[in-house]
Amino acid sequence: MDHPVKRDHARFRKIVKGRIRENLKKYVSGGEMPIPKGKEVFKVPMPQIETPRFKFGGKQEGGTGQGDGQQGDPVDGQPGEGEPGQGEAGEGEGKKELEVELSIEELASILGEELELPNIEPKGKKSMESTTNKYTSIGTVGPNSLKHYKRSYREALKRQVATGNYDFNNPVVVPIKSDMRYRAANTTVTYENSAVVIYMMDVSGSMGDEQKEIVRTESFWINLWLKSQYKDIEVRYIIHDATAKEVDEDVFFRTRESGGTLISSAFKLCKEIIDADYNSSEWNIYPFHFSDGDNWSTDDTKLCLDILDNDILPNSNVFCYGQVESRYGSGQFYKDLDQKYGTDNDDVILSKIKNKEAILDSIKDFLGKGK
Amino acid sequence: MNRTKALSGELLRLKEEIEQYAINFGLTYYPVVFEVCNYDTICILAAQGGFPSRYPHWKFGMDYDQLSKGNTYGFQKIYELVINTDPCYAYLLSSNRIVDQKLVMAHVYGHADFFKNNAWFRTTDKRMMDVMANHGTKIRKYMNRHGQDKVESFIDAALSLENLLDVNVLFETAEVRRKREELEKTAVEEALRGDDDDGRSTALKSFMRSKKRNEFSDDLTGDEVVGDFDYKAIDENVDGTRDIMKFLMQNAPLEDWQADIIGCLREEAYYFLPQRMTKIMNEGWASYWHSKIMTEKALKSSEIIDFADVHSGVMAMSPKNINPYKIGIELFRDIEHRWDTGKFGKEYQDCTDMNKKHNWDKKLGLGREKIFEVRKSHNDITFLDEYFTEEFCDRQQIFTYKFNPRTGRNEIDSREFKEIKEKLLNQLSNFGQPLIEIESSNHNNRSELLLRHVHRGVDLDMNFATATMRNIYLIWKRPVNIKTIVEEKEVFYSYDGNELKEVK
Repeated sequence: MDHPVKRDHARFRKIVKGRIRENLKKYVSGGEMPIPKGKEVFKVPMPQIETPRFKFGGKQEGGTGQGDGQQGDPVDGQPGEGEPGQGEAGEGEGKKELEVELSIEELASILGEELELPNIEPKGKKSMESTTNKYTSIGTVGPNSLKHYKRSYREALKRQVATGNYDFNNPVVVPIKSDMRYRAANTTVTYENSAVVIYMMDVSGSMGDEQKEIVRTESFWINLWLKSQYKDIEVRYIIHDATAKEVDEDVFFRTRESGGTLISSAFKLCKEIIDADYNSSEWNIYPFHFSDGDNWSTDDTKLCLDILDNDILPNSNVFCYGQVESRYGSGQFYKDLDQKYGTDNDDVILSKIKNKEAILDSIKDFLGKGK
Repeated sequence: MNRTKALSGELLRLKEEIEQYAINFGLTYYPVVFEVCNYDTICILAAQGGFPSRYPHWKFGMDYDQLSKGNTYGFQKIYELVINTDPCYAYLLSSNRIVDQKLVMAHVYGHADFFKNNAWFRTTDKRMMDVMANHGTKIRKYMNRHGQDKVESFIDAALSLENLLDVNVLFETAEVRRKREELEKTAVEEALRGDDDDGRSTALKSFMRSKKRNEFSDDLTGDEVVGDFDYKAIDENVDGTRDIMKFLMQNAPLEDWQADIIGCLREEAYYFLPQRMTKIMNEGWASYWHSKIMTEKALKSSEIIDFADVHSGVMAMSPKNINPYKIGIELFRDIEHRWDTGKFGKEYQDCTDMNKKHNWDKKLGLGREKIFEVRKSHNDITFLDEYFTEEFCDRQQIFTYKFNPRTGRNEIDSREFKEIKEKLLNQLSNFGQPLIEIESSNHNNRSELLLRHVHRGVDLDMNFATATMRNIYLIWKRPVNIKTIVEEKEVFYSYDGNELKEVK
């Protein structure tokens, strides 16, 4: 039987999720992202959840403090620690802004509810091994912490009875080393569906900071969703201008090149990565490409379409192209893809992202088909 | 469900030992019951203000959420949780070291003595455990009857009133309260016998209104006609009312269950009020005794380092605020020293020879007696007003700070004794909350509520004020206005159910 406060707690969590869901659009378009904390947990700042009361305004209030310092020295350091809390109801003053921790599942479910995203039907065999250990068997070696006393003494008793060393009037059993039994792990292997996301981004001169910010926000939420659908996902990053290279996440969002744009270079590299590492009968593959729609030449665009048709599409769950508007981009590439595949194609999803406000809709475009 | 267990073994022996020291030092208290529990249980209790059972509300869940992640006080464990009841309950964290438990026990006896003897606690209900549990039962019943969401959102609104209290109510002893209720009852009975209408008491009017209550919609949208509620029947002589919770409970167009909920919340708020008014004294007194009992009696030499470590953590100074534990203990020690040596009174004050003053010792030995007397009759404001001296202020390195708009940060402002003392007293006045009074309940002759913020140099947070007024509107169901000062200009805001407008 749980304490009633756990019900209050569940209620609070529900309110928090509702709040985040209400504000998701603002939140996402503000480019704010939950702060990862540890492996599976995110911190989300929650302003304005405390009960409103008449209270003093922050800035001009000032206060009193203790310690060294001259007039004009700053006092804003870490708020004082080491103050034991005496439970006192209704004392919300001086609290730091509330931060709530949410797991990947919780965040993803908020996103899923808000965007009405269908669950993904994974394709391919289950290929990712995951092992779980359960201590269900008995072994003759092991650490003391896993010693199985009952079994060890039973062995000792058997040995003593068999060798005639057991005295029924003085029933003392002394185990020796060979009597010792230990709990042992049975390893069970389960196979999970596995997924890989390959992000490609045009980093030529025409892609500005704002465009990259959009891609960063969007990829965060897309990863979050796919992580909630698959046990674990791999993410690979490719940047390109006239040439393409694979980079890590950090570089992906920081690089800015000047120069032309050959989208085919990225597509080629994407194909190579798939061929080398991801057998499409075992992997769910999600290539994403973001650019402002400029390509060097119609010849290159033709080449892109060939690579898509022959190599990428047959191996992928779905190919997604997101076009971020920039002042310089012509947006021609979207038109070319649209002309060939249309907007109602099951293998290719196209989305135009005008500005930060459009991020959420674009995520829905990409993930709304449950592919 | 046993989440806590009674003391046994070593801890029980320790309790008996520490208690004997406390008795020998002259502390008096209602029996103290120590319970041992794990961290999760401590968090549950702390989230509920120390009580095992409260009304259902998400805010307790929120506090629990923060506490159980250790966010609330940085990285620290809760050392003490003491409840002002008879018997006095205190909780010990099972994972603490023996030296910690000793310190906590000694600290707890200090609190228990304070709860029993300080004048401001005289009227607190020592059976609050049961009262809180009853409130929980009542509110659960209302939830079953009217739906959890409806009741919870009403509580959300009513909680905005929690700091609209009048500290003078604490002087109303149980006896006075009984007399008043008696009077109200007879007034009602007389009215029922059909006495004439002239000079009807407020109690009677509110009784008549409560009979009508059941006819109102209890919907909290606030934008519908409030039945045939008669605001005109409210006694307009309300100027200066600070017990706004009580005013709304008795006079707002509420359903019985809503008025009852405000009553429950009000009772709980007044129960905690003395603790908010005596934070410095209470923690100072408890720290004084844990330190005395430990260093003079209970500490083993092997525990000295650990004790010093914990004690100094509790006493840490901060540039952002005054640590009540630290300032409280130092002030009690200073008073004790001054009354032992006779460093008070006209002769001492008028002495100009600094050396002579410093070595002043009349061997009075009145210190211990004096601090016991001080802990009986003061609250934080009068405590500091009376005993916070310039010498003490210098020794404690206290300063004021204020926000510098040019640099965008808070900066040390002054080490001038007069300014510091004024700032301190200001911060503590009205238990640290803005002072809000009702000016009129029939503003513009349209039954609008007019509040007045008694401004003492610090503006209100207007975002919070707006949200608060929205909640008061949901209860009063007519426009709510407030007079205050923003950036040194008098302003008048009106909330009409949709938005906050400045009225020129």
